[in-house]
Amino acid sequence: MNVANVLPIAFAALWRNKTRSFLTMLGIIIGVASVISMVAVGEGAKARVSAVFSGMGTNLLIVLSGSTSSGGVMGGFGSMPTLTWDDLRAIRAQAPAVRAAAAQQTTRATLMVDDANWTTSVGGVTPEFFEIRDWQTLKGSLFGETDDQTGSKLIVLGATVAGRLFGPGSDPVGRTIRIRAVPFVVLGILERKGQSPMGSDYDDVAYIPMRTFQNQIQGGLQKFIAGIIMVSALTSVDTKRAQTEITGILRDRHHLGTMDDDDFNIRNLTEIANAQQQGTKALTSLLAAIAIVSLVVGGIGIMNIMLVSVTERTREIGVRMAVGAKPWHVLAQFMAEALTLSMIGGMIGVVLGSSLAKLAASKLGWSYVPRLDTAVLAFAFSAMVGFVFGLYPARKAARLDPIDALRFE
Amino acid sequence: MTDLRKEPPLVVARHLYKTYTLGDDVLHALADVSLTVNRGEFVAIMGPSGSGKSTLMNVLGCLDRPTSGTYALDGREVSTLGRGELATVRNRTIGFVFQNFNLLSRTSALENVELPLVYAGIPRDERRRRAREALERVGLGTRLGHRPSQLSGGQQQRVAIARAIVNRPKIIFADEPTGNLDTKTSIEVMHLFRELWDEGLTLVFVTHEPDVALYASRVLVVRDGRVVSDVAQLPKDAVLAA
Repeated sequence: MNVANVLPIAFAALWRNKTRSFLTMLGIIIGVASVISMVAVGEGAKARVSAVFSGMGTNLLIVLSGSTSSGGVMGGFGSMPTLTWDDLRAIRAQAPAVRAAAAQQTTRATLMVDDANWTTSVGGVTPEFFEIRDWQTLKGSLFGETDDQTGSKLIVLGATVAGRLFGPGSDPVGRTIRIRAVPFVVLGILERKGQSPMGSDYDDVAYIPMRTFQNQIQGGLQKFIAGIIMVSALTSVDTKRAQTEITGILRDRHHLGTMDDDDFNIRNLTEIANAQQQGTKALTSLLAAIAIVSLVVGGIGIMNIMLVSVTERTREIGVRMAVGAKPWHVLAQFMAEALTLSMIGGMIGVVLGSSLAKLAASKLGWSYVPRLDTAVLAFAFSAMVGFVFGLYPARKAARLDPIDALRFE
Repeated sequence: MTDLRKEPPLVVARHLYKTYTLGDDVLHALADVSLTVNRGEFVAIMGPSGSGKSTLMNVLGCLDRPTSGTYALDGREVSTLGRGELATVRNRTIGFVFQNFNLLSRTSALENVELPLVYAGIPRDERRRRAREALERVGLGTRLGHRPSQLSGGQQQRVAIARAIVNRPKIIFADEPTGNLDTKTSIEVMHLFRELWDEGLTLVFVTHEPDVALYASRVLVVRDGRVVSDVAQLPKDAVLAA
């Protein structure tokens, strides 16, 4: 007697009580399906958070200037310009963990074309900005160092703005836009970035060279940067080091004593993203834990029905023993039934759970990432549940006395 | 055919006791039973209910172990064997026929007969062939796929007999094999046993029917756990043939 003999017997026994077998399996099916779908939903949420944050730029740090203090009322970060162009140059030159640094100043302005206008956020940026944000053009090109130096009247539009001014799908590259009566030539259209973590539209924006911004919009060159410095660290693990380096450079340049507070503020977006990731991870673990509980409950269902089955088939066990079944043969037969129940249930659960996860993902507009490891793990766990909860009834069957079993009515 | 009676005895039981304790009462289901069965004998064990005849058959059939005493079956001491080893002895040396047939319901006649071969580890094709041969031997070659519920009582008992002989045992134990059958069917089944006996099988029956005991070559009477009578006789069909 070997596995090839045990399995058909197990199948036949389960097939005899189709409804009962299915209901028993249902516990495992629901357990496995919920593990799979819960983990997938958690993973989807994580991927979504990750996508949103990476839309802002890779390994991003934002340096804000300090706060004004007027009669005890603190103006908040950025209200008092403390960051200078020399600070920016120092960060670029002296912080080894920094890949690139860009300045950004922003104002709201109305963009006019012949037959349309749109009010949006207009940013004056140094050319490194696009590299830091990891932002390419959909059409046309980006302005470079020379354009910035010469104060060229060029503009790069976000996809939303381009659509509003020129209609969706049009190619406005080379056309002219006026901002406060100053004509700008459209140089490029940026690819879509989607929504920010707070829900605002990344694409409802337009960028012009920083020098042009200072000359045409702000009015005259300034010593201070009336905006922010965006910094991209070399790698995601370097963001902390970059933060420390920049803090050191700025404190030194701003002549702050050891007791003085920073007159600037650095936001480490990678850390914020990581914190968000941790949150969703904890949620995923919690959901998976609940699902595993239901899997264990399913296992108890298997044990229950196997005990009923052993009692019902006591005579059969007696006959098998009388014609030469050893205790381990009987054990193997009932273990095979428990494992068949749990493993078929596990397989159905994997399929069902994956479909549910896919459905949920499409409803919520997330990307569905099939997780082979979760499926394998859930299936293995369901097999283990079948083994653990099948063992007691199977041992009970194997320990039956052949005479008592034969006499059982 | 070799004279089986010249080989060492098949069953050698000495001072068998089977004792049950119910509270303060000690019940001897078997009390000092010693018994030798030679190869080729047809033994009928008779006695009133509760006499211990079923217990004796269970012990001799390796379904149960004696409380004390020794028992050698086919030259091997089996009273000290473990459950697994006893199962092997039942599988290889013994065939059982029960009063209520004890076939697996919802399982075909062929599969019922195959069962001992499954536990003997015989490959599937050979199992099928031997089970078919055994069923043909008992006259059920045309009922291979029938389930017990689709067969008459006599046919069911024939399936059980086929199951008992399929593994070519040395001895067959039968517990009231005609107890659930009508007279006509009983005679048919007893004739089948007669044929198997003629082919050299050793038979041990437990019965309370004198008609059945007439077929045996030896009749034991058990009472209160003891063998009170042990008589050799000329079997029924031999009388008729003479």
